[in-house]
Amino acid sequence: MLRWQGRDVISIRDFTREEIESVIAKAKKMCADHELLRGTVLASLFFEPSTRTQFSFNTAIQRLGGSVIGFAGSESSSIAKGETLRDTIKVVEKYADLIVIRHPLEGSARLAADVASIPVINAGDGANQHPTQTFTDLYTIEKFQKKIEGLSIGMLGDLKFGRTVHSLAMALTRFEHIKLRLISPPNLRMPVPILHELENVLTYSETEQLDLRGLDIVYVTRIQRERFADIEEYEKVRGTYVLDRKSCEQLKPTATILHPLPRVNEIAPEVDQLPQAKYFDQVQNGVPVRMALLTLLLRGE
Amino acid sequence: MNEELKVTKIRNGTVIDHIRAGMAPMVLRILGVERGFPEVVVMAMNVRSQKIGFKDVVKLENQFIPDELVKKIAIVAPQATVDTIKDFKVAQKRAVELPSELFDIVRCPNRNCITNSAERVPSHFTVERRESVCLRCHYCEGLVEGESVENLL
Ligand SMILES: [Zn+2]
Repeated sequence: MLRWQGRDVISIRDFTREEIESVIAKAKKMCADHELLRGTVLASLFFEPSTRTQFSFNTAIQRLGGSVIGFAGSESSSIAKGETLRDTIKVVEKYADLIVIRHPLEGSARLAADVASIPVINAGDGANQHPTQTFTDLYTIEKFQKKIEGLSIGMLGDLKFGRTVHSLAMALTRFEHIKLRLISPPNLRMPVPILHELENVLTYSETEQLDLRGLDIVYVTRIQRERFADIEEYEKVRGTYVLDRKSCEQLKPTATILHPLPRVNEIAPEVDQLPQAKYFDQVQNGVPVRMALLTLLLRGE
Repeated sequence: MNEELKVTKIRNGTVIDHIRAGMAPMVLRILGVERGFPEVVVMAMNVRSQKIGFKDVVKLENQFIPDELVKKIAIVAPQATVDTIKDFKVAQKRAVELPSELFDIVRCPNRNCITNSAERVPSHFTVERRESVCLRCHYCEGLVEGESVENLL
């Protein structure tokens, strides 16, 4: 049974394959319709700033005729006045039909959902989850590959701290015959608890080599300088895990390159011209996916 | 039960039996038994048991264990039994059982978890695996496994 009305979107763990597919199907059909959610108020509570995510939600609700209240950054918010998150949620829900929350602490969005009587969407809770990004990634994969099951998917870069790759890997366990290739420097490998969740559900391999042959999807993440004790090691790694014209020669013509953005230099600008480069489409896809979720939660279908 | 343990039969109190061998000190810690504890406490370790091979046993005079503490004991000694003794007779027999969810019993080890913030949310874990216990935080979704749980009680 799929029941969407009033539901929360907190973690990709909460969704079955069927539910993920219905979000993708709904997103495909979304187009601007100012009547669909006319009069709806979205409360956008960004306890830490994330301009892109906030833009994406704002655009999504406005294209459906709704409006936005909210704040971004902790100074302007109730945190500064010492109010608890629970109290903020109990107050805000009196003004709004749905809450979108981004907060630096892990579990904050779950707490908000437990407290609120209206739907809550997690737009990032610390290092934990950012499910609308994952839905967007899956939608983009499906859009360019026409399917998800059976794909060979490479994840490249910082697999240790990269929240997006953790969630995506978890979501891929819902699909059959996935082959995952985890490409990272040794100190930035996928955490063991996540590997345990992948075991027996999909096939994965780990490598330090930038081997892109045979992949349908290459999902690139940023390697941050803070993750390295010494700068030399960082420079070496940064030079190794880079997509440029040369390394992209390994790619299948039908492959799709994705990146959650912003990128620094892990994808050379020259790659943008390649037919496989789809990371800007990926950003754009965030809007119909969020429109689909807003519609499902507020209208039930 | 063997001879020495019979000697220490208690009139009123609690017998915790079938504790996984080696875990009695942990059970005592959970029960708050430390220097200055006013009652008679008997602890036996590595006693031969037909049921589980070797076991530990703890007896406490005039102490009755609330259900909340029984849940904590279940985490470190999943096969333990907790018998309430009144007038040398077993008045109540409880098998410890790890519930599927634990509220305010285990601390989340993640410093960045909302349960460790000024928000003062009681911890909430779901039990993912019972044998060699594995818990997942309801909030931050982090896992706690095996012996590390003992330090979080
Ligand atoms: Zn936690």
